[in-house]
Amino acid sequence: MTAQTLLRGWRGYRAVMSARLREMLQYRTAAVAGMVTQVFWGLIHLMIYQAFYRSTATPQPMSLAETVDYIWLVQALLLLMPWRTDAEIQDMIRTGNVAFELAKPADLYTLWFARILGGRAAPMLLRFPLIYGMAALFFGLRLPASPAAAGAFVLSVLAAFLLSSAITTLMTISLMWTLAGDGVARLTATFASVLSGSIIPLPLFPGNLQRVLNLLPFRGLMDVPFRLYSGNIPLSAFPRELALQLAWALTLIVLGRVLLARGMRRLVVQGG
Amino acid sequence: MFDGLSLYGRYVAASIRSQMQYRASFIMLTLGHLVATGTEFLALWALFERFGHIAGWTLPEVALFYGLASVSFAISEGVARGFDMFAPMVKRGDFDRILLRPRSTILQIGASEVQLMRIGRFGQGLIVLLWSASALNVTWTLARILLLLWTLCCGAALFSGLFVLQATSAFWTTESLEVWNTLTYGGVETAKFPLSLYEDWFRKFFTYIIPLAAVTYFPALAILDKTDPLGTSRLFQSAIPLGGMVFLGVALLLWQVGVRHYHSTGS
Repeated sequence: MTAQTLLRGWRGYRAVMSARLREMLQYRTAAVAGMVTQVFWGLIHLMIYQAFYRSTATPQPMSLAETVDYIWLVQALLLLMPWRTDAEIQDMIRTGNVAFELAKPADLYTLWFARILGGRAAPMLLRFPLIYGMAALFFGLRLPASPAAAGAFVLSVLAAFLLSSAITTLMTISLMWTLAGDGVARLTATFASVLSGSIIPLPLFPGNLQRVLNLLPFRGLMDVPFRLYSGNIPLSAFPRELALQLAWALTLIVLGRVLLARGMRRLVVQGG
Repeated sequence: MFDGLSLYGRYVAASIRSQMQYRASFIMLTLGHLVATGTEFLALWALFERFGHIAGWTLPEVALFYGLASVSFAISEGVARGFDMFAPMVKRGDFDRILLRPRSTILQIGASEVQLMRIGRFGQGLIVLLWSASALNVTWTLARILLLLWTLCCGAALFSGLFVLQATSAFWTTESLEVWNTLTYGGVETAKFPLSLYEDWFRKFFTYIIPLAAVTYFPALAILDKTDPLGTSRLFQSAIPLGGMVFLGVALLLWQVGVRHYHSTGS
């Protein structure tokens, strides 16, 4: 492949990504409404954790202040979660329009990955600053532990973003097998929400469960960046954690590509 | 009245039949719902494993709140979910069709979206409730059981009232307002813990504006045989769930006002 074709290819994917991003930026009212809901949610959890921490004298693997940072970052970056498959691709698979995708002079996996990446970047860019700002001003979210921790947090969130998109693309590809329902995808999303730390911070799970959680890719979605932010994971562990996140993202991307290639081989286009 | 009920039954039957056309999908969705709500309770268990108790409340006690909130919310989702999905109907102008039919709008909207898969939430809530009932150190007299059932009915009425209010607001805004979710889904999340844990303003909001305390906190005190720091009597605690019914009544009155205010968006 020459440098020129590579460049042309990149332009195509970038165009797909930014078109999707602009499309999603249209829904501003929905974003504000969603934000109010999330701040409310965060407040409930905040008060519950405060009550829990007041009830115990034994030191916990995470201080209350660190937990507060964690739960607000969960709300601010909730869209990092691989919630659902891309609705339009799902539709394409159901209606058979996926055949058109094949006709496009682009690599299908990269095309879908770019779509999914762009589709979730926009709402996240809208919500993050608002929720973060409100939580930091009024509800006890602290600044990052140090400038270096802030840098580690940003890099780790970007890695989480890649990881999340890889999981979502994988979920979308699974639809090629389960034409009618998105049951597999939904179950994955459910498990991911617990195993990533979005329901309760992972360090608060019982010790023997932690060992299992550490073996799974999901903690790279939220737990790792959020604990880097508050300093609960020391900076010295950052390179290792980041490498782990990226390794998981890469593994899932490769897996997605393999599955997609197989799915395409057995694809029967619906409709006449 | 009887005629209305039988019509409601037919709506529900039709809705169930249509959902059963996709049996595999239905089973998957129900299972998914059960797992989703089930993992949530596991997370709660993990927190109690770590902290022991929350301001003196034990896991079985909190599970009673959790079960009461989940089951009554699931019932309201079953009977009033149509109101939750109502705003798009106004937007499309479809409400005109409902108005043309010689039956109550409440009946038609309420029955328009009976989702069978909600049985997942119901089932999980019921399991938690039953577990709590057996783990608690409480003798289940007939009076207690009746109080529990009464509380569930009133709780379902309260949440249904919220769905009705949400739908009513659509007559004025046309758009669906996601903010209502803070009161419906947020309300059920709030009600899963004793209200005494929350901050003062928050607790007052869910006592006086939305009478959530009336259908969870107070009756639960009576069921658990706990003394109320606020000093309310057992009689008050057992009667107050009625507030949920009153709330639904007010919501339905407002709905009627909304219906009269309705302007079609149709062309």
